Amino acid sequence: MIEVKNVYKSFGDFGALQDVSLEVEKGDVVAILGPSGSGKTTLLRCINFLEIADSGKLIFDGEEYDMHSISKRNISRLRRKTAFVFQNYNLFLNKTVLQNVTEGLIVARRMPKDEAEKKAVKALEKVGMADRLESYPSQLSGGQQQRVAIARALAAEPEIIYFDEPTSALDPELIGEVLAVMRDLANDGMTMLVVTHEMNFARNVSSKVVFMENGHVIEASDSKSFFENPKEERTREFIQTILSGRE
Amino acid sequence: MNERILQILIDSFMKILMAGIKVTIPLAVLSFFFALIISILVAVIQYADIKGLKQLCRFYIWIIRGTPLLVQLYLVFYGLPSIGIVIPAFPSAVLCFSINEGAYMAESMRAALEAVPKGQLEAGYCVGMSYWQIMRRIILPQAFRTAFPSLSNSFISMIKSTSMASTITVSEMIRQTQIINGRVYQSLALYLEVGFIYLIFCTVLTWLQSWGEKKLNAYGGTR
Repeated sequence: MIEVKNVYKSFGDFGALQDVSLEVEKGDVVAILGPSGSGKTTLLRCINFLEIADSGKLIFDGEEYDMHSISKRNISRLRRKTAFVFQNYNLFLNKTVLQNVTEGLIVARRMPKDEAEKKAVKALEKVGMADRLESYPSQLSGGQQQRVAIARALAAEPEIIYFDEPTSALDPELIGEVLAVMRDLANDGMTMLVVTHEMNFARNVSSKVVFMENGHVIEASDSKSFFENPKEERTREFIQTILSGRE
Repeated sequence: MNERILQILIDSFMKILMAGIKVTIPLAVLSFFFALIISILVAVIQYADIKGLKQLCRFYIWIIRGTPLLVQLYLVFYGLPSIGIVIPAFPSAVLCFSINEGAYMAESMRAALEAVPKGQLEAGYCVGMSYWQIMRRIILPQAFRTAFPSLSNSFISMIKSTSMASTITVSEMIRQTQIINGRVYQSLALYLEVGFIYLIFCTVLTWLQSWGEKKLNAYGGTR
């Protein structure tokens, strides 16, 4: 469904992404793992054009786009098929919970207000936030804000949702509620590309794992064989460090 | 003697107050309205980094902030007629005050725009909104809220700046006071009186400002 090929991106002298390729099939939940600074977030931001890659190709639903010279028009067309969940939630601070979800539907997609609100309430029910429609983001906990952000993503009925470390900014006791919502989406068959540090999510929820380091993809495989039979030495080390860090 | 001063104060109070209501306030409100439009335009042009226009905005701010308001008033009212541009006193004052205060307010607006977290723009993009949709519906409302106290400050300061319009024959409160003083020669009493009326105006505005801030605080702090 979506494929990126040979993506390069540098910030000054620093090569954040060096020849990265990646494939996501419909219904896949792909976890991108790796130490910080490995380029995972940059990759996700390039895929949604929040950063413009230096070079690379993106194939979305069989249509090929040059990731460096893609037109604004095509960027917004692609964005209407996708949704993005940020590490810092990035809810619209001047809008209520309900407005946060309807805003994109009404303004960008020209959906009538009552239809948008119906969709929004449905999405908010899904994440367990339908009882806070009139609250403002500043009145919610981080976990609640992130669940609203997920509802905002869902309401647009995207073909794929990108998650950029969705639990990294959360207090430990709030991580569970967000992961539960994400697991729920995965079970419904939503296609998801998730940059994460949550090993349990990668292991138990995701169908594939991509391991990145220093701007390279070191290993990509289904999550079972990734955790049980890692091929690369570096992957084994990484899993070891993470698992021993847990104990 | 004291009775005479008291009588002068009572007689002049309504005259000065009426000049305030009929001239000072409309002058300040109109000028503030145009200054607000100018400041939003100038701030947004800089924030959005529109090439060419941005340099023009910096130039405007540089010129206006670097020269006295009084010079600007004199240039427009006494200077321009010599090249055939004659603008009556009141519109001249509105023109100068809006352009002058607009430059200061643009800087407040720009700072407020830059204080809006970058993630707001990215989130807007990701739900499919265009730059200008995000600007109008997400970023400007948040920036306006941040800028509100300093914009109120500008309005209060503008009420007092309108006194300078007396120098170009606008019959606002100071000019009215000068006219009365020319007849009765009671500078101390009369200027205390007009100062007091300015104080009343500004006090009311300060109340309005706190009321407005409470309204705008409805959606809580920005993280």
